[in-house]
Amino acid sequence: MISRRSVLKAVFTGGAVAGLGVLMPSIALAAWNKAAFETDNQDTAMGALFDGAPSASAEVNLKAPDIAENGAVVPVTISSSMAGVKTIAVFVEGNPNPLAAQFAIPAGTKAEVSCRIRMGKTSAVTAVVETASGLFSASKEVKVTIGGCGG
Amino acid sequence: MSTSRRDFARMMGLAAVAGVLPQQGFAAKKQTGDFYEVPNYGNARLLHMTDCHGQLSPVYFREPSINLGVGPAFGKAPHIVGHKFLQHFGVEPGSMEEYAFTYLNFEDAAQQYGKVGGFAHLKTLVDRLRESYGANNTVLLDGGDTWQGSGINYKTRGMDMVRACNLLGVDYMTGHWEFTYHQEEVLSNIAAFKGEFLAQNILVTEDALFDGADEYIYDEDSMRVFKPYVIREMGGARVAIIGQAFPRTKIANPARFIPDWSFDINDDLLQELVDDLRANQGVDAVVVLSHNGMDVDIAMANRVSGVDAILGGHTHDGVPAPTRVKKNGHTTLVCNVGSNGKFLGVLDLDIGKGKVNGFQYRLLPVFSDLLPADKQMADLVAAERAPYAAWMDEELAVADEVLYRRGNFNGTFDQVICDALRDHYDAQISLSPGFRWGTSVMKGQTVTMERVLDQTCTTYPETYIREMTGANIKLILEDVADNIFNPEPYLQSGGDMVRLGGMDYRCDPLAAMGSRIDEMRLDNGELIEASKIYKVAGWATVGSRSEGPDIWDVTADYLRQAQEVRINKLNTPKLINVAGNDGYKA
Repeated sequence: MISRRSVLKAVFTGGAVAGLGVLMPSIALAAWNKAAFETDNQDTAMGALFDGAPSASAEVNLKAPDIAENGAVVPVTISSSMAGVKTIAVFVEGNPNPLAAQFAIPAGTKAEVSCRIRMGKTSAVTAVVETASGLFSASKEVKVTIGGCGG
Repeated sequence: MSTSRRDFARMMGLAAVAGVLPQQGFAAKKQTGDFYEVPNYGNARLLHMTDCHGQLSPVYFREPSINLGVGPAFGKAPHIVGHKFLQHFGVEPGSMEEYAFTYLNFEDAAQQYGKVGGFAHLKTLVDRLRESYGANNTVLLDGGDTWQGSGINYKTRGMDMVRACNLLGVDYMTGHWEFTYHQEEVLSNIAAFKGEFLAQNILVTEDALFDGADEYIYDEDSMRVFKPYVIREMGGARVAIIGQAFPRTKIANPARFIPDWSFDINDDLLQELVDDLRANQGVDAVVVLSHNGMDVDIAMANRVSGVDAILGGHTHDGVPAPTRVKKNGHTTLVCNVGSNGKFLGVLDLDIGKGKVNGFQYRLLPVFSDLLPADKQMADLVAAERAPYAAWMDEELAVADEVLYRRGNFNGTFDQVICDALRDHYDAQISLSPGFRWGTSVMKGQTVTMERVLDQTCTTYPETYIREMTGANIKLILEDVADNIFNPEPYLQSGGDMVRLGGMDYRCDPLAAMGSRIDEMRLDNGELIEASKIYKVAGWATVGSRSEGPDIWDVTADYLRQAQEVRINKLNTPKLINVAGNDGYKA
């Protein structure tokens, strides 16, 4: 069995591992959408990326902490078992630019991405999964606190 | 004038024989002849201590008069204080238990019943409860916050407590303030610990794993840094004990000391563990040794199935009877056993094939005058203390009133610290963290350096002075208030409200985040304006290290000059929407 460390090493040294598109930003760069990434409004960003609004779906799995250990690097994982996933996007409503990332998922690739996002304050985090048949989303509030004063 | 230990013990014995001791609360269920007589029940005994905060010697500790419950915790244990507490748990007014569990009549009762805790006295109690039940069927669990809280802990980097716990016979522990030492020190202390350190919810970061952390962590595939659980044979049953460290350690305390580890509640991972233990490992009972805090433990018991008992800490609640959480026909007992070495929990379980049939619970206060000191432990404590005695024994000032910390808002000892900070830095406002540890000093007693260290001894004691706008000050107060009063326990972080000097405010604990605090005024009555700049002093910064002198030196200087501790004004907020809250003494 391949160890986690070996996998990480393979990725960091440029080996191709399915489902870890986040570590290869060139894939996302190909689809760079300036208007979507630079707006300060989440609805505008969604409008610039998609035709129509997503509907909430239990088929979108969004994993994020209840409270961020460090707002500068908040780990999120999005996955979906729906067929024909084309892209996965992450929005942080309270950020100056709500669209944090969009991942292109090549056909035949497992639809699971992990990344670390920067959050300035407590906010809803929304994942949007685009498939051949529509737009689906899941949201979760992530608390960002100044910390301190622990018992 | 305090009764001597010998007199007191004799008096207790005589009183018991004469039947004059009131039969009180849960104590009435046992015979009055011996306060510490606990009948044996079932086939497994779990002894539970937590949050002793390095207090090796007996201390005074005043319980809170304000411990507000919000959301699902409103009016429920542990958010019940004073007379409401006595009624709720059936504790006799004026009894020794009243002194142990509440702030009522604290000064008089402290004179009468003396100090609490101390490892030499605790050792006597632990040994007795082990021997009477059978050592093979008894375990001693420590919920953590053991290595921090005293000047000796600070100097030995927690190793004094490792040695004391080894002699005490702690079998398993988990942690929180343990992680305020550097991660290498945490690992070397654990290596010296004769018991086992358990934590299912501390994972190594991917970056650290890449850098070679796989050399030392418990399991690379699960990414767990520490062993998550043990299975112990007790009384013919297989008992799983799972560790749950404080999930907000890197938020509440400096993340810089433990960069390679990540903490969270991880109740999904806990559920996987419990399911596996039950389905594949023939476990008959599952116990979680937790540092979540009691509200979080209750919430977790509502989410995770198959746990029989959560032995908890962190929130320092001395709760005489477990809270029972029922889910899918299974009951989880949630216990919390106070702080500062004051209590020992005794949970006896009757465990059958694959299930717990019944339990007996006692939360025993450790009255130092009632339990003779164990010689070996007393010698160890003396030896640990000796190198630092000159530092800690310095007499600084005489207390003009009872000095204490515990409570949701300002305590009198905090006011002294806040006043010292303002004095040192000539600041308009001072801030001091709402820790829940820190011992009490009785009126008329001398405040020694040791007592100041009890209140301040962290590994990040540096002070600061900085300019803040009124808006920034409000932001801090709102943020901390949300960590205590968010109605969702998983979004709380434990601890009490930040203490303030030089200003007051109004607080509505039931309001939404961002709207709990208003009417912020300086001591001269002037309203604090959002855009105006104020000079603010403080200590214990979690983000980065501050540059000023250590808080204990700032406080000691102030006390040396004052000679007598007199609090001119206790800065404490005006509370609204707390009428009818059982955690509030009107």
